[in-house]
Amino acid sequence: MNLKISALEYVEQVKNGNISAEDFVSATIDRIKNVDDKLHAFLQVNSKAVEQAAQVDKKVKSGEKVGSCFGMPISIKDNICIKHSKTTCASKMLENFVAPYDATVISKLKEQDAVFIGKANLDEFAMGLTTEFSAYGPSRNPWNTDYVPGGSSGGSAVSVSAFECVASLGSDTGGSVRNPASFCSTVGYKPTYGLISRYGLISYANSIEQIGPITRTVKDTAFMLNILSGLDSHDNTTIDNENVDYLSGIEAGIEGKKIGIIQEMIGEGIDHTVLSATNDAVSKLEGLGAICEPISIDMVKYSVASYYTITATEAGSNLARYDNLRYGYDFPVEGFEFNSYISKARTKFGPEVIRRMILGGFVPSSGHAGKYFLKSLKVKSKLTREVTEAFKKYDFLVAPTVPILPFKIGEKIDDPVALFQVDINTVMSNLTGVPSISVPYAISNGLPIGIQLLAKQNDDKSLLQAAHALETTVNLPEVPI
Amino acid sequence: MTKIGLEIHCQLTKLESKLFCSCKANYRENKPNSNVCPICMGLPGTLPRLNKKAVEKATLIAMALNCSTPEKIAFFRKNYFYPDLPKNFQITQLNIYGDTSVGGTGEIMVGDKKIRITRIQLEEDPGRLIYEGSSSKNQITLVDYNRAGTPLVEIVTEPDFENPKQVREFLKILSDLLENLNVSDPSLEGAMRADANVSIEGGNKVEIKNINSFHDLEKAVHFEITRQESLYSRDIPIALETRHWDDQRKITISSRSKEEDLDYRYFLEGDIPWVRIGKDIQEKLKSEMPESIMSKKERYVTKYNIPEQVADVLSSDKYYSDLFDKSNDEQNAKEIANIITTDLMGLVDTREKREQSKLTSSHLRDLADSIQSEKLTRNSAKNALYEIVKSGKDLSEIISQLDLGNVSDENELLQIIQQVLSEEPQAAEEAKSNPQTINFLVGKVMQKTKGKADPKLTLELFKKKLG
Repeated sequence: MNLKISALEYVEQVKNGNISAEDFVSATIDRIKNVDDKLHAFLQVNSKAVEQAAQVDKKVKSGEKVGSCFGMPISIKDNICIKHSKTTCASKMLENFVAPYDATVISKLKEQDAVFIGKANLDEFAMGLTTEFSAYGPSRNPWNTDYVPGGSSGGSAVSVSAFECVASLGSDTGGSVRNPASFCSTVGYKPTYGLISRYGLISYANSIEQIGPITRTVKDTAFMLNILSGLDSHDNTTIDNENVDYLSGIEAGIEGKKIGIIQEMIGEGIDHTVLSATNDAVSKLEGLGAICEPISIDMVKYSVASYYTITATEAGSNLARYDNLRYGYDFPVEGFEFNSYISKARTKFGPEVIRRMILGGFVPSSGHAGKYFLKSLKVKSKLTREVTEAFKKYDFLVAPTVPILPFKIGEKIDDPVALFQVDINTVMSNLTGVPSISVPYAISNGLPIGIQLLAKQNDDKSLLQAAHALETTVNLPEVPI
Repeated sequence: MTKIGLEIHCQLTKLESKLFCSCKANYRENKPNSNVCPICMGLPGTLPRLNKKAVEKATLIAMALNCSTPEKIAFFRKNYFYPDLPKNFQITQLNIYGDTSVGGTGEIMVGDKKIRITRIQLEEDPGRLIYEGSSSKNQITLVDYNRAGTPLVEIVTEPDFENPKQVREFLKILSDLLENLNVSDPSLEGAMRADANVSIEGGNKVEIKNINSFHDLEKAVHFEITRQESLYSRDIPIALETRHWDDQRKITISSRSKEEDLDYRYFLEGDIPWVRIGKDIQEKLKSEMPESIMSKKERYVTKYNIPEQVADVLSSDKYYSDLFDKSNDEQNAKEIANIITTDLMGLVDTREKREQSKLTSSHLRDLADSIQSEKLTRNSAKNALYEIVKSGKDLSEIISQLDLGNVSDENELLQIIQQVLSEEPQAAEEAKSNPQTINFLVGKVMQKTKGKADPKLTLELFKKKLG
């Protein structure tokens, strides 16, 4: 069984009866058994996956109406709720939390006959960019298992890259989909804020994060977006996209489009191989008929500070509910008074979460809010104005997804500020709500480099067209695992 | 000078569902923790889904209290840990970053006193804590989340009250107003709660929290003024502090917790986008707003010529004014107002009695018509009303069942008169010269007919007979 096919190819093959969903899912489970000891993409594998795929085959055979996923095995980041299954956020705090409901994206995929192959590893509560902060151990980069796969949706990107599934759902608060996509050589998409319902995504920084697909091709992302996007009465922040078909016209090309190269994202600290890959990508875009020019977005230099202040504030509030009184892990309340119980119960949080809780308690507090939190909000709105201005002039913006190559596990874990700086190229689209995509572009010394494209709000369809155009210029080797 | 300010918490009990989910807003009469869902339990991954009706009702309250109503409103998070708060933050509103809560400043007259409203905000009610066990050693706290997420409107006033009497009058006006707007039932247990701040001349401001009814609010304010005056008279400084109302002992007690030191780290609730309540929507709401108590009163006085005091009673109680407006046809308005304010009030003076009452507006109409056409005496009408409230039967049925109809048959009356005259020969004789005595004789006839004799006709017949 060839597992190395795209989502669209999978659908075609099952539809035509060339392969059965059951065989494919069963082979995928075997693949996970073979490689996941080394990679640790999964926190949990669905023991009923093969059975569920067989049900889809029955539908296909009987001529019954089949959902557009045809039993496709999809991995789900373990901060998205699937009814009756454990959702841990890779935290000991939620070790025993079984979600009593489906996230909206899960309901939508179920309707389309997707099979959830397993729950993917992440940095605890999605805080991190390496998966090293998972309470259940890090995932490893399939291109070189000594290296981090990126994060926080590291497990998702690894599972797609190493053929342990066909596609995955991650979540992106400051690059958490695009960063591991770049490090693992997959496509990673952060939609316009509100395009995909967040209902059932366990919040980290709710005002800027989105669920996003991780796939092998840009077309696969468009396919997933067709299923996932749209208004949801369960999420008041969703927007009406009028059921746009993201796949149709995806080959439109970028002839005559204007693209701005963000100077602040290719400056100081950038790895030279990443820089030359970016320059190469720019010349490819020009070769496709686009007009590329340098552009400066001044506020980028404050964006990481602003991002960590805002996310810490929201995280401090979003994670306050984990007092272990209503759900969580086994720890009886008898003999405790409320405050002493919760402070004891909350020691199950890992170090990165605790660091951000402390930060989140401080930066918005009275006497300090003006200097930190409110100032960060000002940076956010100023940055948004600058980006809006830029999109008056340019159709797309381009930059490397991450300014450096994947690094070794353990290399940066003790230097949180250095880790924070790695987010410099990705946080902008979260702070401003615009869509962005990471496209696999090059391999340097066996390590992947991704190129990021951004478009203005609600211009997701054109962004996918541009990304697809860039993707057609690329020919990458196969993952060595 | 004594200064009193209030923070009133009023549940929107007339709504179907909670503020952010579809659980029932009326959590009462449910088993603990049965009126809950993933959203109001704050389970991981859930998001608030704003109840637009709650925003409308809260806006109505703001309008009725003459408050400014911004065209865009926002929600904020108030962050603090407490076991009755499923998310350990409360979604509420705030005016510190511009006027973004449903109501801004306004004012309302309480007698001759102008009371300024600071703001009106919409927020979620927390769950309820129940303490069990007597000694501190075996005390346990139980949490019931049925109430969590119930829509709550907070009305904050400036410290404009000078005495408990003004507070009481304000609360009366406010409860009548809320009931009239059909947003809340103030008589439901826990539907109206309050905090108060009280300071006397030369003393610090004291906050009183945890007052669970309007009734106790007046008491708490009264208690606190007395306590502070007593301290002042003995030259003991009045501490700036927060006190709790003990509703068992009806006193305020100093809070040991340092609630005043809490930093709530307010920030915008990103899960609920700004809500637009544009001029168009506001106009529409205004046009659908129930007639105000003031305007009802004016209408009753000018249109139906009802005495001001009677109109006051009728208009301020929605139950009575609804009955009145439905039953009167102008001709009988005064009679109906009379029946409601003299006879009905005693029969339906509590919530329970009103719920059990079988009285409809057509009953009232029939009663008034019968009195006006002299088919029933006022006295019989009162007896009939009692039966109607109890059984809901038609007036005609009750009249025949209880034999309440007027005796206006001349022959029948003449027989009774003859009987009275023979029983009271002395009075009969006297009546010929003294008209006052005729009334005595008429009274005797009334006695014999249990008040059903047509009084006019009886008098006429006596005059003829004795003439």
